[in-house]
Amino acid sequence: MIGGFSFRRFLAVLRKEWIQVRRDPLTLQMIIALPVMQLFLFGFAINTDPKHLPAGLLSVDHSRYERSIVAALQNTGYYEIRTLDSEAEAERGLAQGQLLFVINMPAGFDRAVDRGERPMILMDADATDPAAIGGATAALAALTTALDRDLPASLRSTPAIAPFRFALHPRYNPEQLTVLNIVPGLICVVLTISTMFVTTLSITRETERGTMENLLAMPVRPIEVMLAKVIPYIVIGYGQVMLIMVIAAIVFGLPLRGEISWLWLALGLFIASNLALGITFSTIARNQMQAIQMAQFTLLPSLLLSGFMFPFQGMPRWAQWAGEILPITHALRIVRGVLLKGNGIAEILPELWPIALFTLVVGVIAMRSYRETLD
Amino acid sequence: MNAAINISDLHKSYGRRKVVDGLSLTVPTGEICGFLGANGSGKTTTIRMLCGLVKPDSGGGTCLGLDIMRDAAQIRRQVGYMTQRFSFYEDLTVAENLDFVAAVFERDDRAEAVRDTMDRMGLAERAHQLAGQLSGGWKQRLALAACILHRPKLLLLDEPTAGVDAKARREFWDLLHDLAAEGLTVLVSTHYMDEAARCGRIVYLSDGRIVVQGTPDAVTGGSGLVLFEATGTGLDLAARALRAAAGVESAAVFGTALRIAGIDRAALHAATDATPDLIWQEVPPTLEDVFIHLLGRPA
Repeated sequence: MIGGFSFRRFLAVLRKEWIQVRRDPLTLQMIIALPVMQLFLFGFAINTDPKHLPAGLLSVDHSRYERSIVAALQNTGYYEIRTLDSEAEAERGLAQGQLLFVINMPAGFDRAVDRGERPMILMDADATDPAAIGGATAALAALTTALDRDLPASLRSTPAIAPFRFALHPRYNPEQLTVLNIVPGLICVVLTISTMFVTTLSITRETERGTMENLLAMPVRPIEVMLAKVIPYIVIGYGQVMLIMVIAAIVFGLPLRGEISWLWLALGLFIASNLALGITFSTIARNQMQAIQMAQFTLLPSLLLSGFMFPFQGMPRWAQWAGEILPITHALRIVRGVLLKGNGIAEILPELWPIALFTLVVGVIAMRSYRETLD
Repeated sequence: MNAAINISDLHKSYGRRKVVDGLSLTVPTGEICGFLGANGSGKTTTIRMLCGLVKPDSGGGTCLGLDIMRDAAQIRRQVGYMTQRFSFYEDLTVAENLDFVAAVFERDDRAEAVRDTMDRMGLAERAHQLAGQLSGGWKQRLALAACILHRPKLLLLDEPTAGVDAKARREFWDLLHDLAAEGLTVLVSTHYMDEAARCGRIVYLSDGRIVVQGTPDAVTGGSGLVLFEATGTGLDLAARALRAAAGVESAAVFGTALRIAGIDRAALHAATDATPDLIWQEVPPTLEDVFIHLLGRPA
């Protein structure tokens, strides 16, 4: 590393990169289309509290009480019930995934209720995806009062007089809408995909096109090349954040509270961390294919361990540690915190330094692995 | 310090393959030195070692008086290196590519330097064309323009005219001679014999070692190669028979003439005597004859 940083050389490379970004229609399309598409796709598609699940009713009597219970189930919004003809049909439906629940009404149900025998209704559930049926099964607990209007007072469910009660106060997202959790997360995910993947290709592209040999033969320093390759995408990343936030606010009703200026700063650092990672892959990889594979390798943990898809607190301790390393985990908390909870700098700072540390470490690795010769 | 390049006993291996194997070379300032040799003979690696892109395993020397092991960064500022493969940005225009080079070399008179160089290389009317849309010959010109933009003292050109038509090649070499006349030293590798003949000196590499070097005349004169040429009919058949004859290294038909070459004069005489229908006469060897002779020689 002879000679220091030259601002003029850095500007030269920056100018060149900027022209190249502008001239590449694919990159430009990705920059705009990717966030918009993903936002619409995931914003509308991802729902952790699914309703209207297909359920089948197996019954011999089709009695009065049964009708009341079926109506009550339908009214929860979780069940979409149709009557089945045979147990074989029920089995087939569950196996093929056309039914998630089968309600088995025992014979003589009404009579058993009237006698006070407290009969059981067997609910077969397809539990392959626990998240899919979670809401629906939770709703069952409240349905034991479904027959109260039909029954004489002596048979009604008698609410136990509890010595104390819980009052749930769902804050920040009182209607508990999944979309308000997903959209802030999407800001981070889209930024990761668009910035990391694009820079991942930046240096390998020069190597593959043969322009790297020339670049190496010229008096540019690695730091100048890397900064110049990264900075256009910080600008682009900010453009994407703006686009996503505007759409999220207008289309999905995402509240924009909290200290937005600090959010901008934090997201800038998050973008930088992605770019540092991308450019590290780019210097290590021998070709674009390898670079893409490395990026994909980190994308999956970013989605799964960060708390974007699954609750962070639900993960085992070691997975939480792994998640804490990823910048996206902290970025997610910052974005959700600011937008949904109205957080400010005091809550942001503890999440900011891990991103800064990650960026620094990865940046140093990138600088060190930048090959100045063709050996 | 008179020599632009002065290196001794350079070695470079990739794995177990010795690419450059004890190469020593001195090129005086202002000379056009031609680098010749088969593919894989170590030309590109030698050129890359000269401009610091590849580190030699052992050996050393100077380039423009600067140590090639230590001063690679300073050497890069004073050397114009033209890669074998076109290595400028195809999605930038001619002018933008040159402007980039001028800016990276921190020239104060950037716009002027770019304009002057484009005028000189005849690139002015293509200034706003994308480099990727240029034909082979124009790409080479752009590459050369980019090499001389920062007024280097030494040009290292790696097969600059590969795949370029004869007229463009001729013009390219006219430019090289103009530059040499201004005091620039040029080291250029090539596979074309007409280009080798235009060099002040040629250096022939084989398996990473210099086999022959000298002026083109000295190389042809000192080769010891004997050639006989015959005209007549049935040349193709005669050529086939002569290729099998002892002492005949090559027998090739050029239009209406058959030429045989070898080192052993007596053996060649015996071979010509065996074909009494043809009238033979001795001719001086050309550079091409000499190189085919060198290429065919076991290492």
